[in-house]
Amino acid sequence: MRIKLEKRREPSMLMLVATPVASVLVTMLIGIVVFDLIGIKGFRAVVDIFLSPLLASYKWQDVAVKAAPLVIIALGLAVGNRAQVWNIGAEGQYVIGALCAAGVAIGFGTIGGPVVVVLMVAAGILGGAAWAAIPAWLRTRFSVNEILSSLMLTYVALQVLSYLVGGPWKDPNGRNFPASAPLGDGQTLPVLFAGSTVHLGVAVAIVLPFVFWYLMKRSVFGFQVRVVGSAPNAARHGGFDGKQTIWLALIISGGMAGLAGSMEFAGVLHKIDLGFPSGYGFTAIIVSFLGRLNPIGCLIAGIVLAVTYVGGQMAQTTVHIPNSTAGIFQAMMLFFILASDILVRYRIRLVPSAPQLVAGE
Amino acid sequence: MGADFIIAAIITVVGLTTPILLAGIGELVVEKSGVLNLGVEGMMLTGAISGFAVTVITGNPWAGVIGAAIGGALASLLFAVLVLQLNSNQVATGLALTIFGTGLSSLLGLSFTGRIVAPFLSVFPASLSADPILKVIFGYSPIVYFALLMVPLTAWFLKSTRAGLILRAVGENDLSAHSIGYSVRRVRYAAIAFGGAMAGIGGCYFSLVITPMWAEKMTAGRGWIALALVVFAGWRMGRLLAGAYFFGILMALELYAKASGFSFLPSQFWAAMPYIMTVVALSFISSRGTAGANAPACLGKPFLPST
Repeated sequence: MRIKLEKRREPSMLMLVATPVASVLVTMLIGIVVFDLIGIKGFRAVVDIFLSPLLASYKWQDVAVKAAPLVIIALGLAVGNRAQVWNIGAEGQYVIGALCAAGVAIGFGTIGGPVVVVLMVAAGILGGAAWAAIPAWLRTRFSVNEILSSLMLTYVALQVLSYLVGGPWKDPNGRNFPASAPLGDGQTLPVLFAGSTVHLGVAVAIVLPFVFWYLMKRSVFGFQVRVVGSAPNAARHGGFDGKQTIWLALIISGGMAGLAGSMEFAGVLHKIDLGFPSGYGFTAIIVSFLGRLNPIGCLIAGIVLAVTYVGGQMAQTTVHIPNSTAGIFQAMMLFFILASDILVRYRIRLVPSAPQLVAGE
Repeated sequence: MGADFIIAAIITVVGLTTPILLAGIGELVVEKSGVLNLGVEGMMLTGAISGFAVTVITGNPWAGVIGAAIGGALASLLFAVLVLQLNSNQVATGLALTIFGTGLSSLLGLSFTGRIVAPFLSVFPASLSADPILKVIFGYSPIVYFALLMVPLTAWFLKSTRAGLILRAVGENDLSAHSIGYSVRRVRYAAIAFGGAMAGIGGCYFSLVITPMWAEKMTAGRGWIALALVVFAGWRMGRLLAGAYFFGILMALELYAKASGFSFLPSQFWAAMPYIMTVVALSFISSRGTAGANAPACLGKPFLPST
C-alpha cells in the first residue's frame, strides 16, 4: 500500500475551515512538548500564551487593540495574495501611513477636532497606498519582483522614520529621545468606552471584514482577483488586465496598512518613536493565511494572533520566556496551515503499490 | 587619503560582502534547482546563533562554522519538507521560515546574550596578517577565503559536473527530468540543504567575525539583499560575485559616512542606500528582459508528477 494524492474537483469546504483550527491546536500541542524538552513548563507556557488573555476579562481590551491593526492589514494582504501578488512590505506602508498622519497633525499645530482626525487617517491611507504604489509601478513598468521591492522599501521606510523623529519632528520637550511630540487633545482617535483603551479603530476593524467580504463576493474586481490568482490564462482570455490587478492589489493592501498605521498612531501610541514599527505588517501575513485569505477568516485569525501577542507578554512574567517565543508559535501556525493546504485541494487515498494513472491528472 | 585608507576600505568592503556572497551562492543553487526559498534571513539568523553557541561551548570557531552550516541546513529542511512533500506555496513557506528563524534564534540566544568569543580572524602568521600592506590579502577570517573559493567551485559544479547538469535540468523542466528517471525531490532536498548551510555560514560571519557576540536580528535584513542579489546576477555566478561587491561598497559608504561625521546628508540616507540601490539595480536588470530569460523555468512552481 502507498499513499496516493487525488485532486479534488472542488476545494473541500470542511478542510478549509477545519485545517486552521487544527493548525492552532497542533501548534499548542507541539509547544507543550518542545517547551518541556528545553526545560520550560510547557503546559503553563501554552496556557498562558493561548488561553489566559481570553480568560482574564481585563485583557480583552488589549487583545482588541492588538487585533485591530492585524485584521486591517491582513484584509488588504489577503486580496493581493489571492491574486498571487505578494506584498510583504506592509510593515513599511504601515510606518509611512503613521508618518503621514503625524505630518498632518504637526501641520495643524494645536488645532484639533474630528476634521483633523479624519484628515490624519486619510493621509495615512494615501501614504500607505503611495508607498505600495512604488512596487506596483516597478512591477508593471520594469517587471521588478514585488516581493523584493516591497520588502526593500520597508527598510527605507524605517530610515525615513528614524530621520524624521530624530531630526525635523523631534519633540523639543522630549529629553533628547528621538520621538515626535505627543498628539494634542483633539487629534487622537476617540475611545469607544470611557476609561478603556479601545479606540474607534477597533470598530473599523470589526466592520471592514464584512465590507471586504461583500466586495470580494459581489464586485467585478473581487471576481477578477480570484480568476487572475487561480487561472491566469483564463483571466487573460476573459479580458482581465493583469497589470490593473497588480496595481489594485498593491494599492489596496498598502492603503489598509497605512490606515492601520495611522490609527495605531492616533488611537494608541499618540506619538512616533523608534519602537513604532512592531512587526504587525509581517504578522499580518500569517493572519491572512491563517484566515484562509477570507475576510471573515482574517477577522478571526487576527484575534487569535492578538491573543498570542498579549499571552506572550503575560508569559514573559509568569514562566520567564522571551517575547520572541510568541513569534515561534505564530510561525508554527503558519507552517501547519501551509502544510495542511494539501488536504483542501487533494484527497488522500491508500492505493495498492502498483503505480497507476488516475484520470483527470 | 593614502594607501592606509584604501587598504582599510578594501578590508571593510570584503567583510561586508562575505555574508551576502555566501547566502547568495546558496540561494543561487536552490533557485537553479527550481525552488524559491525566501527564508534566507531566517536561515542566516539560525546559523548566526548556532555558530555562536557551538563556538562558546567548544571554544573552537571552526566547529562553530560547521555548527552554523548544520543549523542553517536543518532550518532549511523544515522548508524543504513542506514545499517538496506537501507542495505548499513556496513564497508563503519561505516567509514562514524567516519568521520562524527569527523567533527561534532569539529563544536559543537567550542563554548566550552578553557572552563574547574571540573573533574568528585571520589564521595566517602575524607577519602576514598584521602587515600594513599584506593584510589586504592575508588579513581576513577563513570564512572569507571559503566564500571566495566557493564561487568558482559552485560555478564549476553547476556548469561542468554531471550532478550540476541534473540539478539544472530539474530546475528547467522537472517533469522531463522526472520522466527520464531522476528524483526531482532528492535533487531539490540536496539543493535546499546546501542553500541552508551556506546561509548559515553567512549568518555566523556576523556572530563570529563582525561582532563576536549574539544579538537579536543581528543579520539586519542581509538575507533579503542576498535574495535580490541572485535576481540581480541573472542566476550567474560571476555576476553574483560582482553584485555582492557592489552592495558591499554601498554598505561600506554608509559606515564611512557615519564614522567621519562629515556628511551633507543625514546618516539615515546612507543607511537606506543599499536598499534603494537594490531596487534601482533590480529595475535595470529586470527591465532588460534578459534576466527573466535566465531564470530557471520551474522557479517557484510546485512539482506535480502524474505518477
